[in-house]
Amino acid sequence: MARLSANNLATAQAIIARYPKPRSALVPLCHLAQEQDGYLSNDAMAHIAELIGCTPAEVYGTASFYEMFKLHPCGKYLVGVCTNISCMLEGAYELLEHCEKTLGVEVGGTTADGMFTLEEVECSAACTVAPAVQVNYRYQERVTPQSFDELVTELRAGRRDDIPPHGVLAKVRQAPTDRWADSASSGDNP
Amino acid sequence: MSDEKTVPESGEDVTEKDNELTQEAHEQEVAPTPPPDGVAVTLNGMQIYADKGELLIEAAQRHGVHIPRFCYHERLRPVGMCRMCLVEVDTGRGAMLSPACLVECTPDMKVETDSEKSRKAQDGVIEFLLVNHPLDCPVCDKGGECPLQDNTIAFGPGETRMVEEKRHREKPIPLSDLVLLDRERCILCDRCTRFAGEVAGDPLISFIKRGVETEINTFPDDPFASYFSGNTVQLCPVGALTSKPYRFAARPWDLDQAESTCMTCAVGCRIEVQSQTRELTRYLGVDSDPVNHGWLCDKGRFSYEAVNNTATRVTAPMVRKHGELVEVGWGEALAAAAKGLSDAIGRHGGGSVGIIGGSRLTNEDAFAWAKLARDVLKTPNVDAQLDDGLPASIVLGLPRATIDEACAAPVVITLAPDIKQELPVLYLRLREAFLNGTSKLIELTPAATSLTPYASASHPYRPGEAGAAAAAIVEQVTDAGAVVILGRPSTAEAANFVTEAALVLAAKLPGVKFLSALRRGNVHGALAYGLYPGADGMDTGAMLRASANGKLAALVLLGADPAGDVPDASLAQRGLAGAGFTIAVDSSQSSATARADVVLPAAAFAEKSGTATNIEGRVTRVAQKVTPPGVSWPDWMIAAELAFAMGGDLGFETIDDVAAAAGTDDESVAGDGAVIAPTWSGAMPPTPEINIPAADAYSLRLVSGRMLYDDGWSVKYSPSLANLAKPVVMRVNPRDLDRLGVATGGQVRVSGAHANFVVNVHADTGVPAGSAWLPVNVAADDARSLIDASGPVTDVRIENVQ
Amino acid sequence: MIRTDIPKIVSRRFDQPDAHTLDGYLRTGGYEGLRKALAMSPDEVVEVVSGATLQGRGGAGFPAGNKWKLLADNFPRWIVVNGDESEPGTHKDRTLMERDPHMVIEGALITAYACKASQVFLYVRGEMAHAQERIAQALNDAYAAGYVGKNILGGPWSMDVTLHWGAGAYIVGDETALLESLEGKRGMPRPKPPFFPAAIGLYHNPTIVNNAETLATIPWIIDNGFEAFAALGSEKSNGTKLIALSGHVKKPGTYEIECGVVTFRDVFYDPLLGGGIRDDNELKAFIPGGGSSPWLFPEHLDMPMEASLVGPAGAMLGSGAIVAMDETTDMVRAAWRLVRFYAKESCGKCTPCREGTSWLETIMARILAGHGRPQDLDLLLDVSDNISPGPFPGPNVTPGEPAYAPFPYKKTTICDLGPSVVSPLMSALRRFRPEFDAYIARNPRKLIEVASV
Ligand SMILES: Cc1cc2nc3c(=O)[nH]c(=O)nc-3n(C[C@H](O)[C@H](O)[C@H](O)COP(=O)(O)O)c2cc1C
Ligand code: SF4
Ligand code: FES
Repeated sequence: MARLSANNLATAQAIIARYPKPRSALVPLCHLAQEQDGYLSNDAMAHIAELIGCTPAEVYGTASFYEMFKLHPCGKYLVGVCTNISCMLEGAYELLEHCEKTLGVEVGGTTADGMFTLEEVECSAACTVAPAVQVNYRYQERVTPQSFDELVTELRAGRRDDIPPHGVLAKVRQAPTDRWADSASSGDNP
Repeated sequence: MSDEKTVPESGEDVTEKDNELTQEAHEQEVAPTPPPDGVAVTLNGMQIYADKGELLIEAAQRHGVHIPRFCYHERLRPVGMCRMCLVEVDTGRGAMLSPACLVECTPDMKVETDSEKSRKAQDGVIEFLLVNHPLDCPVCDKGGECPLQDNTIAFGPGETRMVEEKRHREKPIPLSDLVLLDRERCILCDRCTRFAGEVAGDPLISFIKRGVETEINTFPDDPFASYFSGNTVQLCPVGALTSKPYRFAARPWDLDQAESTCMTCAVGCRIEVQSQTRELTRYLGVDSDPVNHGWLCDKGRFSYEAVNNTATRVTAPMVRKHGELVEVGWGEALAAAAKGLSDAIGRHGGGSVGIIGGSRLTNEDAFAWAKLARDVLKTPNVDAQLDDGLPASIVLGLPRATIDEACAAPVVITLAPDIKQELPVLYLRLREAFLNGTSKLIELTPAATSLTPYASASHPYRPGEAGAAAAAIVEQVTDAGAVVILGRPSTAEAANFVTEAALVLAAKLPGVKFLSALRRGNVHGALAYGLYPGADGMDTGAMLRASANGKLAALVLLGADPAGDVPDASLAQRGLAGAGFTIAVDSSQSSATARADVVLPAAAFAEKSGTATNIEGRVTRVAQKVTPPGVSWPDWMIAAELAFAMGGDLGFETIDDVAAAAGTDDESVAGDGAVIAPTWSGAMPPTPEINIPAADAYSLRLVSGRMLYDDGWSVKYSPSLANLAKPVVMRVNPRDLDRLGVATGGQVRVSGAHANFVVNVHADTGVPAGSAWLPVNVAADDARSLIDASGPVTDVRIENVQ
Repeated sequence: MIRTDIPKIVSRRFDQPDAHTLDGYLRTGGYEGLRKALAMSPDEVVEVVSGATLQGRGGAGFPAGNKWKLLADNFPRWIVVNGDESEPGTHKDRTLMERDPHMVIEGALITAYACKASQVFLYVRGEMAHAQERIAQALNDAYAAGYVGKNILGGPWSMDVTLHWGAGAYIVGDETALLESLEGKRGMPRPKPPFFPAAIGLYHNPTIVNNAETLATIPWIIDNGFEAFAALGSEKSNGTKLIALSGHVKKPGTYEIECGVVTFRDVFYDPLLGGGIRDDNELKAFIPGGGSSPWLFPEHLDMPMEASLVGPAGAMLGSGAIVAMDETTDMVRAAWRLVRFYAKESCGKCTPCREGTSWLETIMARILAGHGRPQDLDLLLDVSDNISPGPFPGPNVTPGEPAYAPFPYKKTTICDLGPSVVSPLMSALRRFRPEFDAYIARNPRKLIEVASV
């Protein structure tokens, strides 16, 4: 919906400064924009293109390659149910059906109140604690129909501040530091 | 297949495989003499020698073995994506299926291109490609010339085993005003996108999404507005990309074709001119290694529409009667023209006749007109340039470089306008050289150009300071063999300044050569074959001034429209108005044909044959493909007939007569042509003495530049190109804008000596403070309204109108 | 019973609640390996690590130190940590990055020192928000305390470590795709040759890509010496490594095991590991090394987890992900789920993978939906053969050929994702063909053959 705010622009510049080439910051900047708006808007992509010196088409081409960038608004909570092999063996498809019922939407849908978007996702590296669900990329392990319903209730009631709204990924960022690596490119860094 | 032939002379073992060799392969195979750096490779059982580092797909091709491919293209970086070129390669660790487009030939490599395994892989790839391909060949433009169709027949499995529903997508979506994309047909070979990014430097199209959902697209609402977009249509190996002008226009097998040279600008790209019945249908780029590498700009590619546009053509001779132009026969028109000219000569002598223009002509046309001027009209007032070029002595007299030499020169110095706007394909060649690092760029320019991002140094200079800027850099250029690309960086600055700078560079840089950046069609041919001012003759500016003062009795406009092209519009107006008698020889209607006393219809490009000369001095053939509309004649014939009508005789009855006299009938001009060193015997101009008036604090010094899409006939009369011209925008340094309190995107009133008007303004740090950039020939009010050619530079004032 | 007297290496702080903090890390010997490494010359460090023969833990198993020796001579050079763990069944790098982030950083620093690199990029999978937070915090603390950044440990050596987030694409785990992604592009693999990262990597400079676990092992090796590492494991596979055990076992989990000696039976049945198949069911088949691996079966249970034995049997140890499937498992569905994964995750760059994976998926989905035709099975085999030609790794079905076609597979594709789709399909189809036949027999009507238009 929007270009990066003044604050985020400063963050963006600090991120760009961390790489030998600005274009490397493309994906992190898309995350930043998604954090700002809850999704990745066209205006933001155009802004990112300006910042890293490429065309909006290149930003779009890259961003659309990756699963996590939502090019249209989605629910406040993105619920990703893993159905890949380990979770499937532990009943993930049954769980997914249950989630559809609880939320009243099909996979890919967003609840009418804009709170939840339900997705079926690929292996999320939680295979030993299957079946796994991610809500805005926060892991819920060994999820049962009951524990899922409880989670939804808690989220609706606003009692889970450990799970930030969609777009906010890591709540801790690497702090800006002076990048000095360019001067070391000879290889004889002492 | 004779048995003797299968015995390689090198005494290698003969295996059964030799019996399976194709006939061409055998012909290549006889007595291979190992080249010095050759890499010995066994290709389908025969010994071949590849160059060091040569790609297998290329080496095989050179030896008569065609390996099928979709993504590979010899002018694009190989990506190995389509996997059509999989062949069995054994480098000593057992045979492996490898993409021939990525594998470099190494010593003793064994390759099987036609084994069961590679056949199966190729079958498989074709089948995969057809899984989601709509197979709508009967309604597809590409049908009949489609690599996917051809490869399917040659290598494919013959039937599909796919029973599920194919992927469906909305049928063609526009990528730009010129190019449409049918995503269902696309096989994702990355050719268009690689071209756009790597070659054109316009990465405005990209792969979008992933996996089987992948498609080509632009950013939403940001079209593929590249000057080179048409190349992607030609590169597309299927019918996914189509051009709006050619869409559904023809079936390839109905087309007739002839190889020719594009004359839209002076790069001289080689093209295939295709036609159906009497209409031109398409131009395709031909890969000429020294010139265009197969690329064309969109203006050149689609300008055939202007030739086809009979409504805007001049199709019959016309003579002004009682103030009105009326169509007449050739006899009457020639008589009227001859009478007007003879009267002028009779009363005031040959020096009272002027001939302006000629760069639209072929070399032979130019030769004939130069002869007419010299022998029949006896006037030295001849000039193919329109006061926007450089003295013929500079263009023809300085040592000349080829495009290849520029691309390989240690240093390229540009003292030229924006090459992307004026000589688009030269821009592609240079950009590639600068990116590859084979050459480095030093720019001398009054405003940033499209090449500025690739320059190792860009020296902005203020109009009038070109000479000083040149003098300042000669010290920095230490490598011998620099190439200077020389044109008129801005027509708002007198040519003298460029002459001065060129002479400095010529004198101070050892081994320097010059590549001309004059843009107009065959201007170099016109100059080489004599259409420049003779001794004491006037150039175009002087002719117009003389005419404005009533000192020119007759004016011949040879495919020239001074109102559009002469930098100083007011001078052009006054000059045309002042001429006692005007003849316009042209193929399209213009303000010149509208006000002439006699109009003679000339054949246009592709309607006449001959030769043309490009910026390098390379002479190549121009072919006739269609017959001109109405009763138009080629220009050389008009010259010859006009000579007769005036009681003279040029001695030309056929084009061959002219070519023989001009020396262009040589076989060497076939194909890539021959670079013919110009014969300039005249003196070089003295270093001009010029005084630049001091700029006052409130003025901005004007810089002008051309845009590819302008108000010229090839754009204006080609419906597909006509609306691509951009509205006038003035570019001013943000510091000056701040000073004036004008915001970017805002409007200002700009005033000069003859005119003032309101224009949109953009902040641009590429324009040095104290200057203002405006385009020429894009609208009624542009730089031409302001330029005052009577002074060496033009100062303008701008004021905020909000 | 597996040995219990061996040291834990990468998982040694998993039970320490504050291991992710700098204090907790330092208290348990953190950054000692780095201190020792910096006292050596870079080449000495390379020698120690190659002496340990530390097989890469990302899947391919190429020894780390030897890989470093392949670096081209030119500079700058970059180190990229592959923390993109997405292989189905794999759940170990995430645990490592969340619980012991400093150890990954320390390993990367030592590697950067040994390889004379200019900068380290830590590529963490996009969906792993918690791991990103832990690493970011660890980096911020390490920078502040002088373990990363300028003049590390007060000495002359300096190094930047940059945390980079992915954004959701399995293929980016492939090292060349990872580099494309890190350059801000679509994560599509580069063809090898010519793009071997050690020669032409990030920004076309020499680059080392190592898996997070591989690098996390290095501080211990430096600290304890390569002999100590080589003393663990089998003759051919040194040390210990993490496995992620999931599926139908009683105790799924991430375990550290000794390389090359622990058998699959140990993994599933040892009380310290899987503890048996759930409900004491029979084991039907198992995935020995991540979704990309061909499957193994009960007859392979006593095979040690040793690459030189598993490879000839037609499978791979890959990323250490072991998935057990008991007798109740629907093998057609299990195979389809993995096929669907590869179809969804194909980057789309090369034709056989882009079109072939999704075509296989549609055929299998159709069979599962009860619309299968008898000829579909041959079609599946032939389409597979056009992605991975020749005998596919695993037990051989062609009479007259050796009993096993060995790993690795051949391919018509650019990278290994393409043939990975064939692994589950071929494994299930060869072994459990009757299950496929049963689905096809359910087809209520004879399909009328229509050629697609
Ligand atoms: C399709 C594909 C996916 C991969 N995914 C991962 C991954 O998630 N994590 C990883 O470390 N290596 C992965 N790899 C292996 C890497 O390409 C590379 O071999 C590895 O990171 C090297 O590190 P190592 O030598 O330390 O094992 C993958 C390879 C392929 C072909
Ligand atoms: S095999 Fe698949 S994932 Fe790998 S490059 Fe080809 S399309 Fe991409
Ligand atoms: S031509 Fe070689 S892969 Fe396309």
